[in-house]
Amino acid sequence: MTAAPQLLSDLQLDALTELVNLGVSRAASSLREMVRAQVHLSVPMVTLETRSRAIAILGEREASNLVAVHQVFEGDIAGRALLIFPETKSLELVRAITGGDLPLEDIIELEQEALAETGNILLNSCLATIANMLQRSLKMSLPEVLRGDAASFFSLAPPPELGDVVLFLFINFAVRERDISGYIAMIMDVPSLASLTHLLDEFIERTTGETVASLHDQA
Amino acid sequence: MPYTLLIVDDSKLARMSAAKALTTLYPDWSRVEAANADEALALANDTAFDIALLDFNMPGRDGLQLAADLLAVKPKMPLAVVSANHQDEVVAQARAIGAVFLPKPLTPQALEAFLKDAVARLPAATA
Repeated sequence: MTAAPQLLSDLQLDALTELVNLGVSRAASSLREMVRAQVHLSVPMVTLETRSRAIAILGEREASNLVAVHQVFEGDIAGRALLIFPETKSLELVRAITGGDLPLEDIIELEQEALAETGNILLNSCLATIANMLQRSLKMSLPEVLRGDAASFFSLAPPPELGDVVLFLFINFAVRERDISGYIAMIMDVPSLASLTHLLDEFIERTTGETVASLHDQA
Repeated sequence: MPYTLLIVDDSKLARMSAAKALTTLYPDWSRVEAANADEALALANDTAFDIALLDFNMPGRDGLQLAADLLAVKPKMPLAVVSANHQDEVVAQARAIGAVFLPKPLTPQALEAFLKDAVARLPAATA
């Protein structure tokens, strides 16, 4: 396992982190309406990894039984977005969302739907915020709940033609005294990463009023 | 008269963006920057600033906790907490401690309205 190459500059990664934080903060507001209780959502860490490293990181940190909400996005940037939790946490998440006083059979019945809905809100909010702030539009598929391990989630067919990278967000989710940590992964191919890099530079220039070249000179 | 604005955000880009808006609105004002609550509190002890702009979502102590800490040191200082998370509880907590809530991304218009109001609340210069 080799270290991930430096795929984005520090300022590009800072900009991307800011965008996903905006998206997740907005998702917290939407989820609050849905669950009628305060929702704490935070993103303690964002990293960009190669696919093999992303699989290794999840493999080291979590047991193999994972559940994911998966959506495909298309546009200037194309790829897949996944909200991933350990399977043991997914019922916990559903309890947190539904209020927790439902019998187990109801929770199991609701699990699929609640996961899809939560994933849809979180992933859409992140992707829509990134798209809006980068002044592009992205088309998103409907959410789909998957069960498996990291290797299977990151190797969904069809495989990318030109290799891919994983933008990895570590998220903490807390509602009604339940604390659940999970991941958002955005898998993009190399051409999409190149577009993203270019769009991030444009965004940085709009935001700071300086050219990226002059910012690199300052660094 | 020119004032000094404290900008606290863990994102360098967000600090640069706020700095750009401030320079456009009030070219003669100064600013100091911190990347987290600890740095901001250290600044509060040895640097003079009049108004504070705090990101809510930061590693370590969040912007609301920092606002309360800063107000303990400088009780009358106007401050704003900036967040995309406009849940009622967050907005209410900001108001309860005496901070203004500003939505993220921060627009120059929202910053201008906050700064105008802040200046009106600051005691007249004694110099």
